[in-house]
Amino acid sequence: MSQFGIPVPRGKVASTPAEARAVAKEICGRVVVKAQVYAGGRGRAGGIKVADTPEEAGEIASRLLGTRLVTHQTGAEGVPISRVLVEEASEVHRELYISVLVDSTTRLPLMMASEAGGMEVEEVAQATPEKIFKVSIDPAVGFQPFQGRKLAYGMNLTGKQVAEATKLMTGLYQLFVTKDCSLAEINPLAVTADGRLLALDAKLNFDDNALFRHKDIQELHDEEQEEPLEVQACNWGINNYVKMDGNIGCMVNGAGLAMAVNDLIQYCGGSPANFLDIGTLNTTDRVVNAFRMFVADSRVKAVLVNIFGGMARVDVIAKGIVDAYQQIDIAFPVVVRLAGTNVDEGNRILSESGINFIKAKDFYDGAHKAVQAAKGQIK
Amino acid sequence: MSILVDKGTRLLVQGITGGEGSFHTQRCIEYGTKVVAGVTPGKGGNQILGVPVYNSVERAVAETEANASMVFVPPAFAADAIMEAIDVGVPLIVCITEGIPVMDMVKVNSYLKGKSTRLIGPNCPGVISPGKCKVGIMVGEIHLPGNVGVVSRSGTLTYDVVAQLTSLGIGQSTCVGIGGDALPGSTFVDVLKLFNADEDTEAVVLVGEIGGTFEQEAAEFIRDEMTKPVVAFVAGSTAPPGKRMGHAGAIITGTAGKASEKIKALSAAGAVIASNPAKVGLTTKRVLDGVST
Repeated sequence: MSQFGIPVPRGKVASTPAEARAVAKEICGRVVVKAQVYAGGRGRAGGIKVADTPEEAGEIASRLLGTRLVTHQTGAEGVPISRVLVEEASEVHRELYISVLVDSTTRLPLMMASEAGGMEVEEVAQATPEKIFKVSIDPAVGFQPFQGRKLAYGMNLTGKQVAEATKLMTGLYQLFVTKDCSLAEINPLAVTADGRLLALDAKLNFDDNALFRHKDIQELHDEEQEEPLEVQACNWGINNYVKMDGNIGCMVNGAGLAMAVNDLIQYCGGSPANFLDIGTLNTTDRVVNAFRMFVADSRVKAVLVNIFGGMARVDVIAKGIVDAYQQIDIAFPVVVRLAGTNVDEGNRILSESGINFIKAKDFYDGAHKAVQAAKGQIK
Repeated sequence: MSILVDKGTRLLVQGITGGEGSFHTQRCIEYGTKVVAGVTPGKGGNQILGVPVYNSVERAVAETEANASMVFVPPAFAADAIMEAIDVGVPLIVCITEGIPVMDMVKVNSYLKGKSTRLIGPNCPGVISPGKCKVGIMVGEIHLPGNVGVVSRSGTLTYDVVAQLTSLGIGQSTCVGIGGDALPGSTFVDVLKLFNADEDTEAVVLVGEIGGTFEQEAAEFIRDEMTKPVVAFVAGSTAPPGKRMGHAGAIITGTAGKASEKIKALSAAGAVIASNPAKVGLTTKRVLDGVST
């Protein structure tokens, strides 16, 4: 953010208590120690603490580092704290809010500002919508100073702060565009006791589809912050895997169908262990790896394979299932529903292989049988 | 009997010489689509699948009078390809490519303003008017000509829904995949307007999913202007917030993005909700029987 002219507190990242102590010493004065995790709500969860001395900063760092932080945005397991940010503490007079995102209705970037910073913007939008000011940005001309003034006055800034805020917002928009963000949010943007603006906390989300042109952002990626099963899936070439709470492993082609399969499992009284869109690449390896995922997930009691071949060929998927049975020890019942491109060949491969699987005739039958299988009612 | 594509569609394919481009062009030709040109910069003058290839959309349109384009260009170059076709004034562009950066689509949408081109997609299965013309990657054989319009953010889920309709003898006027991205060229409302005006579409099946507010916007249109029954299913009731469920646009970031909110809005607007995705066909049949009796 400082590269884009946005004022941020002086500070550095530390991964040991000794480093944290050294940074605090360098800053000379009160510091704030902040857990560096992929989640918001850190303050309320105890992940942000003030220290008066370098020793205290070191102590706070040693209490945070190596533990897991549970906030309302993480699951009950929380996320690991492997780094803390130590930065100068500021006398905060007011807390403001600024963000940029793409508005799907206008299909334009939207900058939002509010004088009600330091809390969730959704809460502000519900409780006091009149405190949120918005401007749409024309990508051909970019963010304009008059828009900055409109938002600055909306936040009740005065005097020199108006020009300062406009410059900061221009920088934030440039950061948003240059780095292909999907969200660039400063919350809170502090007005300090001496009247300066300072970005105290920020959240930047990046567009996955644009990562190919941002090597620097890719390098920031920290696997430790993510769900281990999701990291494992990615390493096995399964990019569209999301861990869920249940015990039925799901393998589906297509995101919409995969969501609908999960919905249908719940409708039938069961609960999916994951969302998995196998995609359309026609290789048996990825199917085998999906089964490795189910084996690696000790919660899985049954598996549902639901494929409607379009770009994906059903016979290749069937071959992959047979390979999986040959290469790995599969102890749970597997329900298979196949339809679409080359379905007859797919069914022939499965039935001739001699593997023990439960055949489903359609979408509903598949979900229903998978729920029964997970309860041990059919094998 | 249909919207967007029919027997009069003269298709050009951008990215025709790539693996997916040529594979699906072949399938479209087999279905009966008139594919008149392909465009791959640097490969002009060649032929592929009996179709002449040009270096530019401008040249292809001038030579062949193509009136629709199907885009298979890789994500890093797709926005440029779409804008090239917009610039030439191609009336319909169907972009299949998945993975185009959002900021690129912001530019494309901005470039589209005030022009007459209609963009479907990206990240979509395409458009098919059964028995007439297929512009996309969907399985042609599962479709049946008829009077129900289908509009969806999904690919394979749409195949399942279409197969359900066909197995019950319910044919389709046109099936439109608007795609799974956060910024589609056309939204549910855009396509509902076309179905509403199409005299041979009797009812519409809408397949939505979590993320964004397209379903809520559709609900407003259904409530205020739609004169035909709409059957709706919204995928992702079980999806956790903050997680991207495969599609770039399928992520719950606020209350409005939840399936339950979308279902509530659509239901309040008078759409018939199919709560079981395996019974969208049956729900549609009930609605159609009610209408005709």
